[in-house]
Amino acid sequence: MIEINNISKAFNGKAVLKEISAQFQKGETNLIIGGSGTGKSVLLKCMIGLVKPDQGNVLYNGRDFYNCDKETQQSIRREMGVLFQGGALFDSKTVEENVRFPLDMLTSQSTEEKQERVAFCLQRVGLEQAAKRMPSEISGGMKKRVGIARAIVMNPAYLFCDEPNSGLDPLTSVKIDELIKEITDEYQITTIIITHDMNSVMEIGQNIMFLYQGDKLWEGVNSEITKTTVPELKEFLFSNKLLREMQG
Amino acid sequence: MSVIGKYFIFLGTLFGKGEKLSVYWRRLMEECVGIGVSSIFIVAIVSTFIGAVSCIQTAYNLVSPIIPISTVALIVRDMEILELAPTITCIVLAGKVGSNIASELGTMRITEQIDALEVMGINSSSYLVLPKVVAAMLTFPMLVIFSAFLGILGGYLAGTLTGVITERDYLYGIRDSFVPYNIFFMCVKPFVFGFLIASISSFKGFFTSGGALEVGKASTQAVTNSCISILVADYLLAQLLL
Repeated sequence: MIEINNISKAFNGKAVLKEISAQFQKGETNLIIGGSGTGKSVLLKCMIGLVKPDQGNVLYNGRDFYNCDKETQQSIRREMGVLFQGGALFDSKTVEENVRFPLDMLTSQSTEEKQERVAFCLQRVGLEQAAKRMPSEISGGMKKRVGIARAIVMNPAYLFCDEPNSGLDPLTSVKIDELIKEITDEYQITTIIITHDMNSVMEIGQNIMFLYQGDKLWEGVNSEITKTTVPELKEFLFSNKLLREMQG
Repeated sequence: MSVIGKYFIFLGTLFGKGEKLSVYWRRLMEECVGIGVSSIFIVAIVSTFIGAVSCIQTAYNLVSPIIPISTVALIVRDMEILELAPTITCIVLAGKVGSNIASELGTMRITEQIDALEVMGINSSSYLVLPKVVAAMLTFPMLVIFSAFLGILGGYLAGTLTGVITERDYLYGIRDSFVPYNIFFMCVKPFVFGFLIASISSFKGFFTSGGALEVGKASTQAVTNSCISILVADYLLAQLLL
């Protein structure tokens, strides 16, 4: 379980996050939604240690990420898998090398063990045929899947996905969502997804948090979200003409 | 001043928590190839022509009948060893290697590859930058020795083929009044310049933010700042060591 308490962050005096608190349960896909510039990515970066919050704390199964010794922080980091928005694959390495990279750097496994694990992860995301290809030779959807394979190669307890559907066609988006959901269920990972894709919200959003101008305005499950009375959330949800017409 | 302070803090992070030695060895070899071996061609072209032009222009200026013609070769040799091979070669390398390092790291920064390393708990500056700095400090002196050799050879070819100087006079001139200490001085310069080029360019690239435009700016600043630092360090080294 991940718990965030009173997370606040400001850049150049402008508050981006205002005392955000939430709990993200194990084995659930937790979605953080909101429009562009509402602080979703900053919140994610605060959670994974790329941006230090001005106040508040982030607890990983009770371990305070920002108030613990370096060894504990390092062990928490090793339990994290992160899928970045663009995949963040290393350009100079093949797909296979990208996935193997955390094993090479952080473990003392034998070459055979690493090969086996990499093959399993690539097979899990359906990319065993692309192992020898370079990131520049694969599509955006494949890059995301390689990113997922790299994120799960270390058997993470926490999976963070920053806009996994951005730049993808609707069909590929659904496939990526399904893959993340399957992996979350299969390995009982605490998954946190930053998105503004309404399809993801309705399909895989077990626990949803809505951010608006740095404030948490709503939290709940996907079956309740369309019944919301929060005007900002309603505006966000029904910004699409088709959805407005369906809402009647 | 704050930028200089940030630069020194950045240098400090290179020696922070590191990774396995085998990882650094592999990275160092990759960088030696990327920085050193891939620069051989440009260094060879630039050095040979600079040596050739030095020989012809020196001969053009030495018209006095009391100065022996072999002095042309002596001047070419000392110019190559003391200044042209170390400084001009490193300025050329600042353009080639410096811009490459800054754009590589800048692109890695804006595409979140550096974030990915940090999330994994890897000391990204040490992993990415330290091998580049060490590779530059190791390969630049070798490139400069190669450059000095080709520069003197270029002078020989231009001088003898155009009839400006005879083979005998040239060979006599390059051995006349030779000071072995100058070779040591020639090797110290690229060692220092390599550190400056690789570290300044890495610093510029590592802290790039924004998009493609900023990567281009970082690359330009890396080359400009590296060239300025080379010239300042060149003067300081000459004052200290000669």
